[in-house]
Amino acid sequence: MARAVFGVVDAGPLVSVQDGGRPGLMRFGVPGSGAMDRRSLMIANLALGNPSGAPAIEVSRGGLTLDCVEGAVSVAVAGGGFVVQVAGLRLGSWVVVTLRAGDRLTVRQGPWGSWTCLAFAGRMVARDWLGSAATHAPSGFGGGMLAPGQQIVVDAARQVAEGAIPCPVWARPRRVVHAVPGPQDRVFPPEALEAFFGAPYRLTDAYDRMGVRLRGPLVAAGSALNLPSQAIVRGSVQVAGDGVATVLLADHQTTGGYPKIATVVPDDLDGFVQLRPQDAVRFVAVEARAAVDRARSRARAVAGYLQALKTL
Amino acid sequence: MDAPTFRAMADHALLVEFGDDPTPAAREAVRRLDRVLAAAPFAGYAEAVPAFVTLAVLFDPLVTDHALAEAHLRGLLAHPGAAPAAVSERLVDVCYDPDVAPDLAAVAAQSGLAPEAVVAAHLAGRYEVVMYGFAPGYAYLAGVPAPLQLDRKPSAVRGVAAGSVIVAGAQCLVTTLTMPTGWWVIGRSPTKVLTGDAARPFLFDVGDRVRFRRIGRDALAAGV
Repeated sequence: MARAVFGVVDAGPLVSVQDGGRPGLMRFGVPGSGAMDRRSLMIANLALGNPSGAPAIEVSRGGLTLDCVEGAVSVAVAGGGFVVQVAGLRLGSWVVVTLRAGDRLTVRQGPWGSWTCLAFAGRMVARDWLGSAATHAPSGFGGGMLAPGQQIVVDAARQVAEGAIPCPVWARPRRVVHAVPGPQDRVFPPEALEAFFGAPYRLTDAYDRMGVRLRGPLVAAGSALNLPSQAIVRGSVQVAGDGVATVLLADHQTTGGYPKIATVVPDDLDGFVQLRPQDAVRFVAVEARAAVDRARSRARAVAGYLQALKTL
Repeated sequence: MDAPTFRAMADHALLVEFGDDPTPAAREAVRRLDRVLAAAPFAGYAEAVPAFVTLAVLFDPLVTDHALAEAHLRGLLAHPGAAPAAVSERLVDVCYDPDVAPDLAAVAAQSGLAPEAVVAAHLAGRYEVVMYGFAPGYAYLAGVPAPLQLDRKPSAVRGVAAGSVIVAGAQCLVTTLTMPTGWWVIGRSPTKVLTGDAARPFLFDVGDRVRFRRIGRDALAAGV
């Protein structure tokens, strides 16, 4: 069976193994994890003929350099607008390319985006935890963070046609983000809700796989209501006692006592995470019913793109 | 228990809320709904997350929506049927020796008890798993006896070892990761909440009863 082996030359912070995630275990304190930009993982995998949720490497703005030390395999990169180079030659940010022993691949921060996925045509060998290779960053469980000196082995390595992967508009960073108010919107005064759904916010440097803290108008809860902890989901916007809002992301804690003013819809979350610290964002309130309608029409558009990708 | 309130979370979840007051009756209402839902899920159901007074119910918005999910849950509340609780009692070993119980003296000082009396009170507690949260395997146990119920520390202490037995307010927890915490560290346990057993990866289910059993330093070191 064909095999390809890579050596990690350099890996920035938060470069980790991710896959389609680990759903269904939130009741045990385990969030879904998986790729921050879930669609980019699907795209990189499908462009190679892999299952859409197969393990891959999520590259942060910290960047990644790999040397192919054995064999040959095609790889796909999709996600942010990163700079991708093979043997010193610059390729497009969304690309399928074949690497052979002696080739060096670098993926580093480019003109836009915070995360990109690097998938291998074949089966990337990765440590499993509870049925998934997704790295839960706070614990390191799952495939784990990448570190220099580490080896990456791809079994059943294949080569596929090289070329650019089309980058659809919905894969770009999302500066206007839809969120359903609540579930604890009632503890906020009307002016706090008005500010949250009206004023511009910015992402801060306090941004990792667990969440991102926002800078903008403070939206403190009106009463010093001491809510019993309740479930958090990916996209929950929790507001600490000081009125600072945080959007919780892939590796979120599964419960918490801070009130949640709104929940960002999953469809906008993949684009939201591609924003960078200091980027501006606006939250637009959407009713639950309208959010479901949006999710369905978006899903059709994405399914059409993914179908076309499979037949490229 | 009064009828719960249903609140939307994004396009893919409902938060079913049994009031604001974390009473045993609210906990039982959450658990009952959790059980009957597991026995009779609706099309598109994904998972449920029980907590003190709430059950979050996640679903696939391409298959169902909030109104359909709510109708199903209301039906279950009206006609719960038979979903007997399978409550287990779990035993957790704990060593209270000073080197692995750095806050035992402080808890004793604040509660006005001798350290040995703190240990005895902790061992006498009747605990119940209310929910998981914070991090994988962090099971919140209600039932800390009144004299040991302290506010958390003013600031978190870093690097508290995995396996620490920590208390704050009415809650007790056995940590699974080395992490910062503002809770009081009163012991260390070799009992694994993350079992490493694929068939049963977590020691507790929500609703389980928990008893602590004292062990010595040698048994802790041996990982009994």
